[in-house]
Amino acid sequence: MTHTTDLQLDARGQLRHFLSVEGLPRALLESIMDTAESLSSVTEQTVKKVPLLRGKTIVNLFFETSTRTRTTFELAAKRLSADVLNVNIATSATTKGESLLDTIRNIEAMHVDMFVVRHAQSGAPHFIARHVAPHISVINAGDGRHAHPTQAMLDVFTIRRHKGDFSQLTVAVVGDILHSRVARSEIHALRTLGTKEIRVVGPRTLIPADIESLGVKAFYDLDGGLEGADVIIMLRLQRERMNGAFIPSEHEYYARFGLTEARLAQAKKDVMVMHPGPINRGVEIESSVADGNRSVILQQVTHGIAIRMAVMSMAMRHESTERTT
Amino acid sequence: MSQRIHIRGGRVIDPSSQKDTHQDVFIADGRILALGKNPDGFEADLSIDAGGQIVCPGFIDLSARLREPGYEHKATIASESLAAAAGGVTTVCMPPDTYPIIDTPAVVRLIHDKAALAGKLRIQPIGALTRGLKGQDLSEMSFLKEAGCRAVSNAMSPVANTLVLRRALEYAASHDLLVIVRPEDKDLADQGCAHEGAISTRMGLRGVPYAAETVAVVQVLALIEHTGARVHFAQLSSARALRSISRAREKGLPVTADVAIHQLHLTDEAIQDFDANYHLRPPLRERSDLEALRNGVREGVITALCSDHQPHEPDAKLDAFPATEPGIASLQTLLPLTLALVEAGAMTLTQALAALTSGPADILGIKGVALTPGSVADLCVFDPEQRWTVDSDTWLSAGRNTPYWGQTLKGRVTHTLLGGARVFELNAR
Repeated sequence: MTHTTDLQLDARGQLRHFLSVEGLPRALLESIMDTAESLSSVTEQTVKKVPLLRGKTIVNLFFETSTRTRTTFELAAKRLSADVLNVNIATSATTKGESLLDTIRNIEAMHVDMFVVRHAQSGAPHFIARHVAPHISVINAGDGRHAHPTQAMLDVFTIRRHKGDFSQLTVAVVGDILHSRVARSEIHALRTLGTKEIRVVGPRTLIPADIESLGVKAFYDLDGGLEGADVIIMLRLQRERMNGAFIPSEHEYYARFGLTEARLAQAKKDVMVMHPGPINRGVEIESSVADGNRSVILQQVTHGIAIRMAVMSMAMRHESTERTT
Repeated sequence: MSQRIHIRGGRVIDPSSQKDTHQDVFIADGRILALGKNPDGFEADLSIDAGGQIVCPGFIDLSARLREPGYEHKATIASESLAAAAGGVTTVCMPPDTYPIIDTPAVVRLIHDKAALAGKLRIQPIGALTRGLKGQDLSEMSFLKEAGCRAVSNAMSPVANTLVLRRALEYAASHDLLVIVRPEDKDLADQGCAHEGAISTRMGLRGVPYAAETVAVVQVLALIEHTGARVHFAQLSSARALRSISRAREKGLPVTADVAIHQLHLTDEAIQDFDANYHLRPPLRERSDLEALRNGVREGVITALCSDHQPHEPDAKLDAFPATEPGIASLQTLLPLTLALVEAGAMTLTQALAALTSGPADILGIKGVALTPGSVADLCVFDPEQRWTVDSDTWLSAGRNTPYWGQTLKGRVTHTLLGGARVFELNAR
């Protein structure tokens, strides 16, 4: 049986695929952030390119639509001088009945080096990683409710830049935890980095079973959940949750779980407000909070490029060393 | 076909008569002629050396999907009959979710014909409880019974409308048909693919809560009190549902239960690598459920172990975990996994074999499943110590979807007789 960690790391403990934060050693997460730190200067230069992945072909395989994640992956790849192919399968092959494996085999046959995969089913990137040719790396760009590891890494990277030491921090993740791959990956990343306290906050309908087993505390009211928090991560509430009888209305949700100026005034003075985007103003967050001086939401987007550059270059480093030995 | 057979030197275990003794078995005209001493003038056409082996009635499997008619790309009655015979199984109940669905006598006859053609296995088709398994109109249960069905079921399509369910139970009761219920509340199951708990939460898999099973059980139990229907709960997965059934039995309600063998060996920890071979419905649950279900067998609340055999073509398991089809191909692993329970001290050998023979026979109302003179000679001989590896040399099912592939298991059938005819002999291929 291959364990996820074994699948992600090569024999020397280097990143081979990036499927989940779960089980990766702290040193590796720190090394991703350190690499992102050194690469973020690239994005500030006039010529925003380094030749790290020159000649490599990266395929953005998106089985689920996404603008932000796909764009930042694409920019990251281009700044590493790779060739990028965007394949949007949400509207093509699989609806015609081609199997996931056939899709992978076909694109693999075009001699590509990396798949960046977004898929609606939890575990799809694991499945792909198990079946691709040995030289190909797979980066998970979000699978079902399972994981969104690059988002989690850019979030902890943003926190580290502002707060430094995780061991003194209380982080509250607020909203639809049940359906959130971002929340799951953030929890693993924050835990691995030694965060003092991780909280999830939301109505019971949106908090999954046995969430405490992940090492978090659950709060079912926002005021309690925000008390003493150093970082607040707001999650997007999708409109379809109203239909599934998870919550009665946007109105009531906003009243109880929306992050407003009034609520923020009760929180710590130096609290950071984060959101993986896209934000729903007036649904989970008040506009003035999203745009306010405690918000780092746009920095998260910028950091997303550096983190993705770091992860892609590290996974490819595995690849090139494997080939020369 | 009708050979005179002498089975020598075996340990004869017959749960229905509480027999466990070393005896020879003599078979003629498809039936057991005598046990012990050679009857006067008996000359065997075939002699089977059962030294060091166990002789017992052929296994009766309450749930095995043979995929025919309709899903021959997965398996056929012919292919799975071979697998059953190699597993010591002489009778299987086939759930009605074939294509076409078993809701007309014609489909029942088709299956019987195919079974006769394969000639290695008795098949008990389970009739549909509602037409097309749609949960709206009653099936023609009386005609199905006339065609040979002993039981009706809605298989994996729970009847959502409680009024339809009540009437279906009443109607089945009036024709003295057993109703087999795989308890699952469809809404609560919510298209989940894993047990709702810490592991499904961590993996981001849609969970099937305990309540999906308990709500369905409690609902049916309440309706039984009204209707008097005989109900069999199939493939239990949870300690909680088992408790409700246990209480109902204490109250004297006519209910029975079985469990699929893999639920007594595996828990949801097995799914942590998204290995689709562990994608099951009902899902694998927790250690405490596994222990409770084992106790349920030992204490006689659960009176049958079934394979819940579900062979698939390879593609059915080649996808992201939630997108794969659930089920394990398990006819040939039923015996070794049952013996492993005995070795683990979870139950005695007699209890285990009863749950494969007389237990399911009683549930179905099949008489004469025994090793006594006059009984139909459906039996198997197995070597409880023989180790074998699950691989392409030993595996006969068309479906290779088993988490035990490549593993070495202990306990192997060497001979299977069906109505006195040899339908399987190890190394005879």
